[in-house]
Amino acid sequence: MSDDRYLVLDGLERRFGDVTAVDGVSLALRRGEVLALLGPSGSGKTTLLRMLAGFEQPDRGRVVLEGEDITRRPPEQRRFGMVFQHYALFPHLSVGDNVAFGLESLRFPRAEVARRVPEALALVDLAGYERRRVGELSGGQQQRVALARALAYEPRVLLLDEPLSNLDPALRERTRRELQDLIHRIGITTVLVTHEQDEAFDLGERVALLRAGRLEQVGDPAALYAAPATPFVASFIGRASRVPTTVVPAAPGVVRARVGAAWWDVPLPAGRSVPTHGPAVLYVRPEAVRLVVPGGGDVEGTVEGRRFAGALSTFLVRLDDGTTIEVQAPFILAVPGDRVALRPSRRAHGGLYLFAADE
Amino acid sequence: MRARREFVGWALAALLAWMVVYPLAIVGVGGVQDESGLTTRWIRAFLDRPNEWSALWGSLWISLASVALAALIGVPLAFLFTRVEFPGRRFLGAVVALPAVLPPLVGAVAFLFLFGETGFLAHVAQWATRSDAPPWRFQGAPAILLIHAYTMYVYFYLFVRAGLAQLDGSMLEAAASLGAGRRRTLVRVVLPLLRPALLGAALLVFLSSLASFSAPYIFGGSFRVMSTQIVRTRLNGDDRLAMVETAVLSLVALAALWWARRLEGRAATGGAKGAAPRRASVTRPGARAAITALAWLVAGLSLLPHATLLLVSFVPRGTWTTQALPPEYTLQNYVSLVTDPTRLRPLLTSGWMAAVATLAAVAIGLVFGLAVVRWRVRGATLLQWLVALPWAVPGTVFAVALATAFSVNRPWALRFLLVGTPIILPLAYLIRNLPIAGRAILAGYQSLDPSYEQAAASLGAGAWRRLRRVVLPLLRPAIVAGGTLAFVAALGDFMTSVLLYTYDTRPISLEIMGSLWQSDVGVSAAYGMVLMVVSAAVFLLTAEREEPR
Repeated sequence: MSDDRYLVLDGLERRFGDVTAVDGVSLALRRGEVLALLGPSGSGKTTLLRMLAGFEQPDRGRVVLEGEDITRRPPEQRRFGMVFQHYALFPHLSVGDNVAFGLESLRFPRAEVARRVPEALALVDLAGYERRRVGELSGGQQQRVALARALAYEPRVLLLDEPLSNLDPALRERTRRELQDLIHRIGITTVLVTHEQDEAFDLGERVALLRAGRLEQVGDPAALYAAPATPFVASFIGRASRVPTTVVPAAPGVVRARVGAAWWDVPLPAGRSVPTHGPAVLYVRPEAVRLVVPGGGDVEGTVEGRRFAGALSTFLVRLDDGTTIEVQAPFILAVPGDRVALRPSRRAHGGLYLFAADE
Repeated sequence: MRARREFVGWALAALLAWMVVYPLAIVGVGGVQDESGLTTRWIRAFLDRPNEWSALWGSLWISLASVALAALIGVPLAFLFTRVEFPGRRFLGAVVALPAVLPPLVGAVAFLFLFGETGFLAHVAQWATRSDAPPWRFQGAPAILLIHAYTMYVYFYLFVRAGLAQLDGSMLEAAASLGAGRRRTLVRVVLPLLRPALLGAALLVFLSSLASFSAPYIFGGSFRVMSTQIVRTRLNGDDRLAMVETAVLSLVALAALWWARRLEGRAATGGAKGAAPRRASVTRPGARAAITALAWLVAGLSLLPHATLLLVSFVPRGTWTTQALPPEYTLQNYVSLVTDPTRLRPLLTSGWMAAVATLAAVAIGLVFGLAVVRWRVRGATLLQWLVALPWAVPGTVFAVALATAFSVNRPWALRFLLVGTPIILPLAYLIRNLPIAGRAILAGYQSLDPSYEQAAASLGAGAWRRLRRVVLPLLRPAIVAGGTLAFVAALGDFMTSVLLYTYDTRPISLEIMGSLWQSDVGVSAAYGMVLMVVSAAVFLLTAEREEPR
């Protein structure tokens, strides 16, 4: 069994009545890899995670761990560690007893339990908290106890369900870094579910983007950002304005796309086919375009709004044909109502993505 | 403003103290006092008599055994009807709770008709064996325990079902993901999380068994428990000894309450969020059929007393002798309840007395809720204790206390001659109703968002208009729930009535017993059916909203 296919999801499908929550998802994780399942609510990411944990039975497909089909195996026999969204710490047990729970279930010898509980708590920076009650802990501490409980018995896979969603923003940032550090230090194969792009990018070595139960794209964060495979990926990862357009071939690997009264050079993406002639849709990242003085033959429009965001602010420009495009530029460059022109940045060929018109 | 509210708070506390604590105090003091001052005579008399000890011991072990039996029946049933999905689950699950619609006396009478020596099952046995001798004796501790187990498993059943419905499903999943199998999850996670529900039900069963009067009164025979012993002593004229007995019984009840509160205080809090766990579907056809059959059987058994009562209520006087089933049926028993003025009268009397007591209890409950939740008056904890006290103290105790406190006319000591007047029973019902109505209304107030009243005030509504247009309509479910439960309890009350009634204010329960002694079992059963149907209607009305999913 190669380490490249440590955990394999093979054509998983799950229906609830008429709704297909997960629709034929296949994925393979390396040993020690961290995969983030990202998607809007209702995209099936939590159902997918619950099928990995064994709480949900797939209608079709398999879950394979180290070459062994574990699809029908009940959760208590999978030896996976899971951190629940609301932690699900047992309120009637002390912190130490919570952490010991999994070890005792798996019949670790008493001495081993006594050794591992403080170890696990030390791992999450809660050494000496064994006797505390769960209710006395802050949200951040509870989250760490839940993590210690899931890691104490050295699970084969760690599952995290929206691990940071219950923390306040300041704490979230710090916990995210700690979590990232911990997972990589232990080197445990991890699947986490999140609807926050930042969280997925920070924690996941690879990100699997789901939409309506289907995998839209899997890849490392930079690839998802720089080479979105679908319009949904382009608009869900980072920001992008949708511009209906018409294209004509320009050069090998480049087409010309009509935007307003101008033509922009757009590179053809590698690995997928797009029309080189006729109607198409262009997705434009805010940093791929700059504001210039009108009258130079560029696309012209009116500034509808601007939002201050530090060094570069965001302007909403309505083109004369009614399309709106978001553009990044220094805040002082224009005020709402100004006439401006748009021109693709010279360096930013990465920020323009072409798709077929019906997508 | 503040001062006026504090005044209302203290006035309420004084009123409650006069109604609830004062009579108890008079009884407590009466037990250690005679013409010449303090004395331990009556206490020594209590301690010296073996009968007293056996009554106390009887009350204690019957109550503990009732808790154990009720839990053994109620808890598994709650799991069956909440955690497992099978055809008819909701309907049968509601049927299993129906022992709750039998007021204590009616339940005991129904058991008499069912298991008694001349009851339905005895008839069947005699008919089958062609013998004239009664096949068994249904008496003493076993009979009392059986009735308690039957009428009180419902507490465990309902409490545990509610607890299971609130259980956070992710707790069970967490246990499974940590490698815990079904048994370990049950023992280490589910039962500990159900602790508040189990504890609450156990306390309720213990206090109800301790106070239980009807079952020992009818089936006790030579078996002694405190509640019947008190009445017996009093009827013998040993008032002072009865006072000591009363004090002892209330101390046991309060000790149980105190102990349960202490255990409760240590129960885990917080942590529960998220959806209730999913029900297990039984898919194997054999197991599915077995579970469904079991559920039908249990539901059928739980309806046996109701059915017997219904059957007996159609039997003309003196016609059912040795046959397995009654040979004749008639509606005459019901007709006579309405047409015969002496039989109609107890219905009307109980009706108005229960109504007056309930209205008064609701009114006091509204002021109580306002003072505790909204005004947060000083002494709010004291108010809550005063309202809760009649719940813990057995009804017999209150009956003796009221009979003692209001048998003399000493206005300067705030003691009035009420015994023998039509006022004493409604007053007794009111005191017994206070915890029921008070707690429901308090809970209603607590879940009432104060911003509604603030919004009304900002729209220019004065205090009276806010109460009438906003608070009362929003509290209506709580008032209806508490009020109807209180009304039903008062309508079927036996244990306080038996000590305090007069011929003119004879309530239904006394008439049930009266008809029974005159061997007019049909009429007795018809009265019981009336109480049962009213209770059932009320439970249907209030329980519908709370039916666990």
